[in-house]
Amino acid sequence: MSTDQGTVIKVSGPLVVARGLTGARMYEMVRVGELKLFGEIIEIRGDDYSIQVYEETEGIGPGQPVFRTGEALAVELGPGLIRSIYDGVQRPLDVLQRDFGDFIVRGAERPALDRAHVWDFVPVANVGDRVEPGDVLGTVQESKLVLHKIMVPQGKGGTVKKIGAVQGNIETEVAVIETAAGPASINMIQRWAVREGRPVKRKMPPVDPLTTGQRVIDMLFPMAQGGTACVPGPFGSGKTVVQHQLAKWANTEIVVYVGCGERGNEMTDVLMEFPHLKDPKSGEPLMERTVMVANTSNMPVAAREASVFTGITIAEYFRDMGYSVALMADSTSRWAEAMREISGRLEEMPGEEGYPAYLGSRIAGFYERSGYVVCQGSDGRQGSLSLIGAVSPPGGDLSEPVVQATLRVVKVFWGLDDKLAFARHFPAINWLTSYSLYQEVVDRFCNEKLDPDWEKHRKRAMALLQREAELEELVRLVGMDALAADDRLLMQAAKMIREDFLHQNAFDDRDSYTSLKKQIALLAAILHYYDDARAALGAGAELNPLLKLEVLDDVAKAKLIAEDQLGQFDELKTRISAAIRDLPRY
Amino acid sequence: MITKEYRTVKQIIGPLILLEDVEGITYGELTDIKLTNGVARRGRVLEVNGDKALVQVFEGTSGLSPQDIKVKFLGKGLELGVSQDMLGRVFDGFGRPIDGGAPIIPEKWLNVNGNPMNPYARDYPNEFIQTGISTIDALNTLVRGQKLPLFSGSGLPHSRLAAQIARQATVLKTGEKFAVIFAAMGITFEESEFFVADFQRTGAIERAVLFMNLADDPAIERIAVPRLALTAAEFLAYEKAMHVLVILTDLTNYCEALREISAARKEVPGRRGYPGYLYTDLSTIYERAGRIKGKTGSITQIPVLTMPEDDKTHPIPDLTGYITEGQVIISRPIHAQGIYPPVDVLPSLSRLKDKGIGKGKTRDDHANVMNQLYSAYARGKNAKELAVVLGESALSETDILYVKFSDAFEDRFVRQGEHENRTIEESLALGWELLGMLPRSELKRIRDEYIDQYYPKKG
Ligand SMILES: Nc1ncnc2c1ncn2[C@@H]1O[C@H](COP(=O)(O)OP(=O)(O)O)[C@@H](O)[C@H]1O
Ligand SMILES: [Mg+2]
Repeated sequence: MSTDQGTVIKVSGPLVVARGLTGARMYEMVRVGELKLFGEIIEIRGDDYSIQVYEETEGIGPGQPVFRTGEALAVELGPGLIRSIYDGVQRPLDVLQRDFGDFIVRGAERPALDRAHVWDFVPVANVGDRVEPGDVLGTVQESKLVLHKIMVPQGKGGTVKKIGAVQGNIETEVAVIETAAGPASINMIQRWAVREGRPVKRKMPPVDPLTTGQRVIDMLFPMAQGGTACVPGPFGSGKTVVQHQLAKWANTEIVVYVGCGERGNEMTDVLMEFPHLKDPKSGEPLMERTVMVANTSNMPVAAREASVFTGITIAEYFRDMGYSVALMADSTSRWAEAMREISGRLEEMPGEEGYPAYLGSRIAGFYERSGYVVCQGSDGRQGSLSLIGAVSPPGGDLSEPVVQATLRVVKVFWGLDDKLAFARHFPAINWLTSYSLYQEVVDRFCNEKLDPDWEKHRKRAMALLQREAELEELVRLVGMDALAADDRLLMQAAKMIREDFLHQNAFDDRDSYTSLKKQIALLAAILHYYDDARAALGAGAELNPLLKLEVLDDVAKAKLIAEDQLGQFDELKTRISAAIRDLPRY
Repeated sequence: MITKEYRTVKQIIGPLILLEDVEGITYGELTDIKLTNGVARRGRVLEVNGDKALVQVFEGTSGLSPQDIKVKFLGKGLELGVSQDMLGRVFDGFGRPIDGGAPIIPEKWLNVNGNPMNPYARDYPNEFIQTGISTIDALNTLVRGQKLPLFSGSGLPHSRLAAQIARQATVLKTGEKFAVIFAAMGITFEESEFFVADFQRTGAIERAVLFMNLADDPAIERIAVPRLALTAAEFLAYEKAMHVLVILTDLTNYCEALREISAARKEVPGRRGYPGYLYTDLSTIYERAGRIKGKTGSITQIPVLTMPEDDKTHPIPDLTGYITEGQVIISRPIHAQGIYPPVDVLPSLSRLKDKGIGKGKTRDDHANVMNQLYSAYARGKNAKELAVVLGESALSETDILYVKFSDAFEDRFVRQGEHENRTIEESLALGWELLGMLPRSELKRIRDEYIDQYYPKKG
């Protein structure tokens, strides 16, 4: 027996309890009250159905109706996703603004994908082809950068009975497949329940670097396509700037940016900047490959909980087309807090710091949806989904539950340090504590494809920085003057690595992005100075003139050398050698 | 519809009352609470469960007895009647005039919780506000539509600084309509008088709206105060095209009221007893700052909070910092050195500065100078710490220069008069003068062309 309507019995903030929803399932969507607010069933106890409501619940009370929809919380997938900005439950914010005004009012509802837009469907499959789920039926040029692949939906494998070029909106039939259950009409929309990962054929270990144009990341703590990374740090240490930089400069084909419980203005920033910034590879505006999900801190907390799932499902859908996709979530802590809030209202047994006991498994489940994969479908195409989560620990304390649960699953840790941020050393990624488990993979790739010295240079840079930290301890005890000349030279080289290489100003258009080629050239120039200076020192040169060479000013400014002038780095090295050679004879 | 009166209060717990046998009650509803002696109080429904309703009483429950109360549910949430005539008026923490003037005839009634601004509707704050204070204008630039709190401690001159900002803040443009909204939450009479007197002296009172909940006013009312203030602000900004500066002080008292309710409800506490939803709750206040595409007005917020034990990692400043667009830190050690305003520059930050400065807004060299001042000051302070351990002799020649720089920086750049209103050009010129203490080659964060143009010529 099942009913399609129940009654509210309790309201506590975003949590509503209803009775009489017999037959309803976990995670089914419902409509609450006369206002028909969006909600989702998150617990069933006997006849009590707990519902998290995605809109403000003021005005809802016992006795009001709750309507079943019979469907799980799902997103619409199809052409029109790119360039969109959605809230946590995929309501199109641009359309809501146009139709309902500048503030988000309750009950405002519009379809996620534009029904008015006419797309050109170009068939790839032919009549008579046998197709399985994931096979590409045809394509639609969705944006300048994205060729959207219309794939056979789950459970709709069979023989293509009808297909052809079509112009129409996303609801237009583009093909008919004869399935085991009879003919199925296929249009350009799929729906997918967000809490379930989309299937892939096979997962593989990542092999390609995900480059970011950020020197400290690409060179010292690199990320891989299909990998996972986290950026924890106290407020103001630069998490959001790192996420924005990655969204701008990552060499992936698609970017899904999830603003989860953070500032409204940060989303505006992306919206205003991305249409004007050019993808370094294609020269097209970055917006042409971007999808945004924005559930800011002041928007309903239950929708914030959903936002991460909405984002990742959209990201998986593009991965399924065979694209490399990166998803940034800023911040996963706010997502965890949303879970905590709902869990508290459900009066669940709290775990550490009031977080629900399933915090760790939810976080792990999220990062598990990443990967470098062979996609569904018979053509063996490969796609990847990389996940980068910001974490906002209270007081910057890394021992708190969300950071700890995250560190257990991610492979890259970019630890932001407020001391560096105070000294305006950005990105404030601490080079002593951060790590990347993709280093070997990336070294191998870069040694082969870019510069055989990649790994060697990287290791030397790291060693110098580590030695500098030890020497600094010593300096604190005995003073700089007590150091031997070669150690002081080392301190100088390390300082140059920090200031002239690692330090990178996101807001300087010449410094914001650095290609791998330029990165290695810049680092090589600094190491070149160190080698020549050390040799000179060994041959009896005086330390001070070596530390004060005028050419070092040029090294400091070398990060601004234009990408099409990389030849200048060779000249720079020649000048360094000459300057050292020309020091008064020793 | 006849609204029923209930005499079914069964429990009184802290600031909450629990009613039974109620019907047709909705979440968030406002209630009228009447005592038999005629005294009236107000409440809001925090939870409804079947025929039970949990109500938070804004004036607190002291003196209430279950037998003695009649409760009427008003069928709507807390609303504020708004009108342009609010300018120049003083209200209590519930929006009732307390200045002896006539009642306000509202143009409309607005729910004080407002609605979240659609992120797509936002316009990015990028208009420079000159506060006349060097540490803010040059280093932690405030822009229109920003929320930039003062993190302070008890006994520090945050009120003087907030008043100075309110007094001096101008946008380098003329002919625009301004308003100041001042919301006091649990501050002392003296502190509030200080603001009122300052507003009166400068005439700012004419374009100010004041909401007053003082230390001896009901604590739970503090939960309503910032929402009333911001509702008035939204009305003036977006419907009357005014640029509104909202000063909220002291958010610490607000958070304490929230904690009191959470404790009375026996909720699982987050850190230090504050509710787990403190972040979300604070965001519904702070995120009401901003600008809207296509609208003239704006809301700029300067929330003030006193950090318990001067601890920046305490949940109140911590969660605030995670929401606001930076923070200006008022420091006790710098105050002890006799420097006003005692702004601790290094941990202070304006996140929106980059979009509000530069050519056409302040000056082309601004960003470079700012970065250089920061890093030079940081280096000077480091060197000073080193000197404390090892003695001056352990410092290199350059380090000694940096130490001198940082002393001069505090003494001349940070320090300024309470009525000294420096233009941005003056602040930048002062910055260059101080950078002149360092050799040119140390100015790595500044482009050559600016150094050529602005670096002081020796001799
Ligand atoms: N790479 C960078 N280059 C220049 N400034 C930066 C960089 N990273 C961070 N910042 C500065 O630090 C501020 C805070 O960064 P943000 O990413 O918003 O911090 P968080 O998200 O950790 O709170 C920014 O507004 C900016 O001024
Ligand atoms: Mg951030």
